[in-house]
Amino acid sequence: MSEFADKLGAVVKARLGRQMTGLRRLSGGAIQELFRLELADGEPIILRRAPGGNQLASAVGLETEAEVMTLAGETGAPVPKILHVLRPEDDLGHGFLMTFSEGEGLGNRIVKDPALATPDLARQCGEAIALVHKADITRVPAHLARQTPAEVVAQWKTSYANTAWPRPVFAMTFKWLEAHCPPPPRVPRLVHGDFRNGNILIKPGAISALLDWELVHIGDPMEDLGWICVNSWRFGAVDKPVGGFGQREELWAGYEAASGETVNREHALFWEVLGTLRWGVMCAGMSASLAGEPPIDRAVIARRASETEVDLMRLIAPLGGR
Amino acid sequence: MQDPPHPPTILAAAATFMRTPVPPEAAPHAAFISRVAANGLDIARRELTLAPQSDAEELERLKALVGAEGSLKDLNTRLCEKIEAGEIGLATPGFTEHLWATTLAKLAVDQPNYSGYKAALAERGEG
Repeated sequence: MSEFADKLGAVVKARLGRQMTGLRRLSGGAIQELFRLELADGEPIILRRAPGGNQLASAVGLETEAEVMTLAGETGAPVPKILHVLRPEDDLGHGFLMTFSEGEGLGNRIVKDPALATPDLARQCGEAIALVHKADITRVPAHLARQTPAEVVAQWKTSYANTAWPRPVFAMTFKWLEAHCPPPPRVPRLVHGDFRNGNILIKPGAISALLDWELVHIGDPMEDLGWICVNSWRFGAVDKPVGGFGQREELWAGYEAASGETVNREHALFWEVLGTLRWGVMCAGMSASLAGEPPIDRAVIARRASETEVDLMRLIAPLGGR
Repeated sequence: MQDPPHPPTILAAAATFMRTPVPPEAAPHAAFISRVAANGLDIARRELTLAPQSDAEELERLKALVGAEGSLKDLNTRLCEKIEAGEIGLATPGFTEHLWATTLAKLAVDQPNYSGYKAALAERGEG
């Protein structure tokens, strides 16, 4: 790490004109690496970097993330400020330096801490994501994905077919989604794409920062309002649909107040169902994609696909009707 | 019908993990994976003890719904085709109850402590 630390220190000096006095790898960030840098002036900053300098094909790329985060931050949304995007001559791979945001990011801790999971939090989430949706999409990188709701359904249907294992609940859910599919959004928006408990840094009484922008794209803004309600991100607090800490009506009220637009409840439900299915297909694909013996952790994650099946049944065929 | 990977694969993967030497710096991660492996062993055990009966019940329901004979996988594939074709849907008598019974039998094996499963049991008056 010392050669890496030396190089990083030199970049901080050259690009920011500041002196790095400490460096620590942070846990979290399953795909990307996170480092906390201490600076001589006392203010810590963060490096988000692709492991070994390389990046995953499915993500938008860290340079794009940085560009989009800057754009989203202009609306007043709680987004860390980008300080420097790594250049090839920095010789540190792909990544960027950003301001440090105080707060808790672990979803299971947030739902159990009354100082963080305040009665106002779901409304604040609605307000925060409404600001992101106000970002000027005429200035986003041209290669950001743009998909209609029907195209997203078709994409996950293909992924499900690739698992080559019949799941009647998934098959029924695809029929339900096709029957309830919203039209292409009248005004496409910047969609965060992974807006859920676990990617929102919370400090007592307020949202500190929206993190993990690697699935950002252009599409139906209701997607973000559905994804945060998927039961997999409620950390056991099943009766609090918004992240395990609030009610859908509170989220929608915050969204409507901040955006001046009405939330289409049916469309939000469509995206919650699609989000639940999407996570289920991803779990199912954990073992299907491997020819030989899977690592034990992937084998066990694959057996979590059934969790989404019970969640889907509760959404599309609830006991006692809706 | 329980979904893959099935007990032989899970047991083999757990054995492979347990035989792999752990360098000192990887100890915290290995401790985490050990707990995951234990969950895998529990899933395998529950599948071996619970699935024979739930599979037999599911097969009988599938024969009636699909109107054919075959293995669980064959009949589930046929059922999915009929769902896709719109021949069977949530309004088909017995179908929604079949999906519920099959889903709950999966969760009883995979994740009996899952919040959504416990909520569903409570809603059915079985919790």
